[in-house]
Amino acid sequence: MQFLEKTKKSIFSLIILVLLILSFFIFKFALEKEKIYSPKITDNQIYTDFEVTDLIEEKKINFDQILLGKSFYLINIWSSWCEPCKDESDKLLELRKDTRIMMIGINYKDKKKNALNFLKLYGDPFDRIFIDKQGTISINFGAYGVPETFLINEDNKVLKKYIGPLNDKDVYEIKKIINN
Amino acid sequence: MTRMFMKSKKLLTIKTLIVFILISFNFKNISMASTYSEDQTINIAKNLRCLICQGQTIHESNSDFAESMKKYIRGELENGKTNEEIFSSLVEKYGQWIVYDPGISRNTLLLWALPLLLFLIGGAIIVKEIYKKI
Repeated sequence: MQFLEKTKKSIFSLIILVLLILSFFIFKFALEKEKIYSPKITDNQIYTDFEVTDLIEEKKINFDQILLGKSFYLINIWSSWCEPCKDESDKLLELRKDTRIMMIGINYKDKKKNALNFLKLYGDPFDRIFIDKQGTISINFGAYGVPETFLINEDNKVLKKYIGPLNDKDVYEIKKIINN
Repeated sequence: MTRMFMKSKKLLTIKTLIVFILISFNFKNISMASTYSEDQTINIAKNLRCLICQGQTIHESNSDFAESMKKYIRGELENGKTNEEIFSSLVEKYGQWIVYDPGISRNTLLLWALPLLLFLIGGAIIVKEIYKKI
């Protein structure tokens, strides 16, 4: 009887110990995890059936008309008031050298004058730029804010999504995807 | 002179009345043109998580992302989309995490099954205790 009591007690303390270890690891991994939530996109296809307005010509066009004739498209959401966008401008200029990519800029909640000044100052890496005054165009892409970059292929599939400014590692990764 | 003044006053009243009727008709037309109410937007926004805030809904948050999302919802409702269509298109873009009421899938099965499981286990314990006493 006493033996049974003892085993019961030791099983109980073992369970407590296992639970403690388990919760320790859960907290450890949860705290180490990156804070920005980036979803696994269930449907990799980008939504393209919406109208956009060109920043320079101010003409309206359906976005699916833009995604024609190239193997890759790099959609970059940027703004003149966005500080990290300045940091990534040289990375975008580097990617622009590759003729297989069409560089598409989405000018997020910005003024035309400021946007053009920004491009003059930091260089214009884009083939086309469209206005997103309300921030709703970016929602069509499933974006959070600025800066954000999507690499898509000719089938309009999202190959890679970058939240925050692009760095050298990202540029290397993009080049690697394109070259494969 | 007084008669003329009276006449012009009467005319002015009629004119004001006509303008008033026209304005109210116009307002009626505006309200009839939109097929959705702001309540509907709020209802949808209350069920969406603000992905860049901590523990806030799109309705509660004033962040840039939340404000854009509210405009997006209004636009979609204006285009005649239903609540379900808006939710499912946002889930496609942002994943299940954006909705406060996620659908049953392989990833959320535990979330849905756990309360029922706990209820059954709890019930079983209570029944067992009662039988023990009898």
